[in-house]
Amino acid sequence: MRYTSGAVTALPPSLSLTDRVALVTGASRGIGRAIATTLAARGASVAVNYTSSEAAAASLCDEIIAAGGKAIAVGFDVADEDAVAAGIKRVIDELGALHILVNNAGISIDGLLMRAKREDLRRTLAVNLEGAVYCSKAAARHLLKAKDAGRIINVSSVVGETGNGGQSMYAASKAGLLGLTKSLAQELAGRRVTVNAVSPGFIETDMTDAALQGDAREQLLAKIPLRRIGAATEVAEAVAWLASPAAAYVTGHVLRVNGGLAM
Amino acid sequence: MSDATSDPILDTIKEIIAEQLDVQKEDVSAEKSFTDDLQADSLAIVELVLALEEKFHIKIPDDKVDSIKTVGDAVQYIKQNNAG
Repeated sequence: MRYTSGAVTALPPSLSLTDRVALVTGASRGIGRAIATTLAARGASVAVNYTSSEAAAASLCDEIIAAGGKAIAVGFDVADEDAVAAGIKRVIDELGALHILVNNAGISIDGLLMRAKREDLRRTLAVNLEGAVYCSKAAARHLLKAKDAGRIINVSSVVGETGNGGQSMYAASKAGLLGLTKSLAQELAGRRVTVNAVSPGFIETDMTDAALQGDAREQLLAKIPLRRIGAATEVAEAVAWLASPAAAYVTGHVLRVNGGLAM
Repeated sequence: MSDATSDPILDTIKEIIAEQLDVQKEDVSAEKSFTDDLQADSLAIVELVLALEEKFHIKIPDDKVDSIKTVGDAVQYIKQNNAG
């Protein structure tokens, strides 16, 4: 039993991820990093995917291992289907199975649609939406074998539900993830594999820090009923619950972690 | 189609079918229909196709998958397309 050692102490079995293998895409920074850390703390072996931030991914693996967990760094671009297949094969080869896929990798190239460049629009869709499709496709057969333990969790966004001027393509990609979530939930339900989404509001990360300064930040806070920006760990908690045995009867759901910004 | 167990390809195919569809290997015979006799649903068929493709290093296109109804159909297709 791992409950008594390392980072995992006295966790109820319904929340434990012991013996589970999780792949978190875009895990080197921001929300993905918090998700990887939290899943590892619940007992999962974690494959930390990154595209370019190799050093950050390596330091995250070191942190997880130092805390008594198990982690490997797996570099691939989620928008490259062949690279995804090879990356997931590596996860299976090195960690023995795959139970939990967290499609977190995402980019945001903001600006008015009239001024947007085609390559930026395509890259946004390719990473945020196609990436989740390729990862889900390559992971599905392994998740089917995992049966009750099989989980896909897509990290969407509040703007995928409400829209946001200046983020058309980002919002479209995140809304697309919700359609993917609900369709795949129906396809995989026969094997008791669940597929859900979390929909974060404004969360403190490198991505939002740059966009939210001064007056913009104050105006935003006025719109959030809980009057604060969320923490990445709060999104990670929602993901960890959806990944756990406790959430086995929840599928096709969109779990909002947004401080009440959209209801 | 012979069901003799001395046929290594047939034996391997039976093993994969039994494992993927969670049935007894003895119950896997040429005339058995995947959907009617072996209770395979659409996901199980896809899993089986992926497993056979991987084992025999072949591609089974979707239109061929549709025409493979029985264990015998699968064995015939694989023997015709198996590079060895």
